[in-house]
Amino acid sequence: MIKIKNLHKKFGKLTVLDGLDLDIEKGGIFAILGPNGSGKTTLIKCLLGMVVPNKGEISFQGNNILKEWNYRNNLNYLPQIANFPANLSVIELIKMVKNLRPKQANEQELIDLFGLQPFLKKKLGNLSGGTKQKVNLVLTFMFDSDLIILDEPTTGLDPIALIYLKDLIKKERDKGKTVLITTHIMSVVEELADEIVFLLDGKIYFKGSITKLQEQTNQTNLEHAIANLISKQYVN
Amino acid sequence: MLKILKYSIFDLLRSRWSYVYFVFYLILGFVLLFLNNDVNKAIITLMNIIIVLTPLIGTIFGVMYYYNSKEFTELLLAQPIKRNKIFIGQYLGVSLSLTLSLVLGIGIPFVLYGLFKSASIFDFGLLIVVGAFLNFIFVALAYNIAISNENKIKGFGYAILMWLFLAVVYDGIFMILAIKFQEYPLDKFALTSMMFNPIDLSRTLILLKLDISALLGYTGAVFKEFFGTSKGLLTSLFILCLWVVFPLLRIHLKLRKKDF
Repeated sequence: MIKIKNLHKKFGKLTVLDGLDLDIEKGGIFAILGPNGSGKTTLIKCLLGMVVPNKGEISFQGNNILKEWNYRNNLNYLPQIANFPANLSVIELIKMVKNLRPKQANEQELIDLFGLQPFLKKKLGNLSGGTKQKVNLVLTFMFDSDLIILDEPTTGLDPIALIYLKDLIKKERDKGKTVLITTHIMSVVEELADEIVFLLDGKIYFKGSITKLQEQTNQTNLEHAIANLISKQYVN
Repeated sequence: MLKILKYSIFDLLRSRWSYVYFVFYLILGFVLLFLNNDVNKAIITLMNIIIVLTPLIGTIFGVMYYYNSKEFTELLLAQPIKRNKIFIGQYLGVSLSLTLSLVLGIGIPFVLYGLFKSASIFDFGLLIVVGAFLNFIFVALAYNIAISNENKIKGFGYAILMWLFLAVVYDGIFMILAIKFQEYPLDKFALTSMMFNPIDLSRTLILLKLDISALLGYTGAVFKEFFGTSKGLLTSLFILCLWVVFPLLRIHLKLRKKDF
């Protein structure tokens, strides 16, 4: 579904992606992991067309996506920090995003799920961080798209909302969607991920299932297995 | 793009600052009219204020809006919309809402005072047009600065410096040069240097329309000959348009390579 070939990106002198190759097949939940500054967000932003790579090719559903914009109609993205125009109300924002995409949306179901009904008329500037994140989730999940990209989706959520979110992600997988998640919370990875993509020094260092990772690192605990991968960076 | 524009305006029209700006012009208009009791004089005073203030407010609003809506812009960038359309939509939203505050703020007192019956209606119209141009020009310049600077403080600093340069320093340099070279004919030089500063250009445009060019001496006569004719007026308006178009072109080029 996604094919990335020889992707390079530098910010000034700092090389973030260094000849990254990645193939992501259709269907399943892929956790993109890596230490801070390993290029997870940059990789996602290249995929979204927000960051322009220096070199390399990216194709989505068989089409080249660099400098294109139409393909974004077939993916949903949850940004890391949710910050919306302070003077719009929640319902106005939802209507606006709906208005921008020529697609059916099922926002009501999600509004009920996250208990946002009482906040619909409130201005976005007055909402708490967690509520904003819930609005953010509604905006992401209300469209039916083949690819869903979640950048730190759990930030600020209360435990109940977190359970709902995990169920939501699993449901999307069962519908045959492809979900990419970046997170630092290992329990989420353990519970959801079908496959782990581990980034280090701007390259894919490991790609495979959790069991394969545990075997390779000789660790039974996922947290330790990941720590084991990361620690290699500190040793070198 | 129209959708982005619509929501930017929506957002801005609900912000307190748009109203503060509107009420400021409203009060200014009333005070000037009822103190001067003369539409023409009020227009001149108003011009002096508008010509310095609209660029300043345009600059500040432009930079502020860009930085404040950064995260939201990122959300929009992930939607199936072209980059250009997002930014041009936002740019137009800021410029139009500022222009709306200006037009309504000074329009209402003048209309109530009986503008439509007075002969000054064209002068007033020109003032509004120039004010609108200054809004569009300075918001575009501010957007350019903001897009090129990730750092908010730096962006703000450069934007204010840009305003200071065009509103104050430029005139100072011009004055020094004019005094230094006073033995030489300077009218061509004066005319050309005016074109490179939208604030000077607007000021001269209005002053000469108001028929007080006699105060400006010989150079004033040359100016009068240029700006007084419809050809001069059209040329000046055309140059003001260029002042909008070029910054917009740069935004367009910059966006093609920009990372968010």
